[in-house]
Amino acid sequence: MKVIKLILRNIFRHKLRAALTILGIAIAVMSFGLLRTIIGAWYSNSDNAAPDRLVTRDAISFIFQLPLADRDQIKQIPGVKEVTFQSWFGGIYIDKNQFFPRLACDPETIFDIYPEYVVPTDQLDAFKKERDACVIGERLAKDYKLKIGDIMDINGDIYPGKWQFVVRGIYKGQKETTEETNMFFHWDYLNEQLLKTAPPRANKIGWYVVKIANPSDAARISEQIDGLFKNSDAETKTETEKAFAAGFVAMSSAIITGLQVVSYVIIGIIFLVLANTMLMSARERTREYAVLKTLGFTSKHLAGLIFGESIAIAVLGGILGIVLTFPVVSGFAVAMARFFSHISIELLTVVLAAIFALLVGIIAGIFPVIRSTKTTIVDGLRQIG
Amino acid sequence: MADVTVQVQNVTKIYKRDSLDIPVLRNLSLSIPEGEFLALMGPSGSGKTTLMNLIAGIDKPTSGNVTVAGTNIDALGESQLAAWRSQHIGFVFQFYNLLPVLTAFENVELPLLLTNLSKKERKEHVETALSVVGLSDRMMHYPKQLSGGQEQRVAIARAIVTDPTVIVADEPTGDLDKKSAEDILDLLVRLNREFKKTIVMVTHDPHAAEHAHTVRHLDKGELQ
Repeated sequence: MKVIKLILRNIFRHKLRAALTILGIAIAVMSFGLLRTIIGAWYSNSDNAAPDRLVTRDAISFIFQLPLADRDQIKQIPGVKEVTFQSWFGGIYIDKNQFFPRLACDPETIFDIYPEYVVPTDQLDAFKKERDACVIGERLAKDYKLKIGDIMDINGDIYPGKWQFVVRGIYKGQKETTEETNMFFHWDYLNEQLLKTAPPRANKIGWYVVKIANPSDAARISEQIDGLFKNSDAETKTETEKAFAAGFVAMSSAIITGLQVVSYVIIGIIFLVLANTMLMSARERTREYAVLKTLGFTSKHLAGLIFGESIAIAVLGGILGIVLTFPVVSGFAVAMARFFSHISIELLTVVLAAIFALLVGIIAGIFPVIRSTKTTIVDGLRQIG
Repeated sequence: MADVTVQVQNVTKIYKRDSLDIPVLRNLSLSIPEGEFLALMGPSGSGKTTLMNLIAGIDKPTSGNVTVAGTNIDALGESQLAAWRSQHIGFVFQFYNLLPVLTAFENVELPLLLTNLSKKERKEHVETALSVVGLSDRMMHYPKQLSGGQEQRVAIARAIVTDPTVIVADEPTGDLDKKSAEDILDLLVRLNREFKKTIVMVTHDPHAAEHAHTVRHLDKGELQ
């Protein structure tokens, strides 16, 4: 107990320095937690993918479109329950900073294939009846204060022109992690315009979503779909929805790798902050350590005191950082709700932050311990403290 | 004739600074009987602190032997020497060297943390040591709340709390005013007379040296 008391009093001998060091560690641990949580959120879409859905896209690139006529052929493959399709519409709503997915779809099948998007029956019926109707996610409705009957004006970029949609439905996510920021509208509405203004682009869709009866047939069905269109003008690539989503994440791999590197650089920063504090403290106390040695304390005792102090600072900073991570991540989740459907701190992140803080505490204590061990009593007593 | 507590035999001490050999003590021999109060005097660099350090077991001779309380301390390893110091040597420094984050009580208790004494026993020992130096009423004060003389008395209490064989004092009055210095010297004399403590005191001050039984002068590493 006496030793713990001495360690704690040594920590707060320079209150401002101790507070700044602990705060520095806390901010670094919090940043580590936040970055890891963001990385986790990036992958969460692929984690939410349904195992009984396949995505068929152009074999060369996602940006090339597929003929609508392929749909009927895909439907014929044994094991396929339903096929729907979507096209990425893009466009600008209010201004360029307002990003959310705007998707042209088949209104008759889209919500059968995506049961996690729950639309009230009356709203779904209204949506199906009107060619310029759209269904939006609840999160989107909240963010833009949109309600049933409101008009959404969108300036087209991929599909030029001024487009107007009427909100006829607001879907709610079945689970907490379900994306609630999509906007779905009739592909027919888009296609009608294309037939008039750009006929070569008409009757094409972005990608097919294929619902299959048995997830274990995914590989066979994917192979059969792609086999159907082999050597055609639009060869396809079919994969599970999870692999498809993971492919999107992979496109951002440089950013994710960057974030991962930064999260580990932060651990290095914690180490430098604490190592600096411990070295300063040990240098200032060289004479005191020599006095303790004259009283009979050994190098092991001093190592215990120094490591104890270093670990205690790291642990205090680590705990504060972990505690701070929760409100910061919550704030980030609110601010970034349109980009990440679900952000939560994983237990592994908390454990890693705690382990790194502890390791940093141990490593930062090594140099001052070596220094105090190597300094002789006579040299230590000569030190002007 | 009293038993010899400290026996220094043919001790030479040479410090190495870079490639230079700096001889500090030259083939020095000294016997200090039990219960002696010895003052070591000499000009700066004469080797008196080095001799005291060798006797206290915080430095080792280049050649020769130092025997204290029957133990040849040159033969002891670092941890054995640390344990030996905690039992046999009490240190009093010129600048007191109390830990500023601990109270007077806790500073005096420090050497006892290395013993097997219970908390209650440690408390009794500390209170006794502080009462001997006349600071029973300042036990819970921190060093910065004490005067220089009081700090040195706490340091003396810390030196005697383990009931050591030898007390070594390096310029114990060097940082004190005249009155406080006199009080400290009287206290050392009392420890020597009443508690039969062997004391080795290094000092520049002839007046301080007058309080000792024996005064030895060192010059250029040799006893005069």
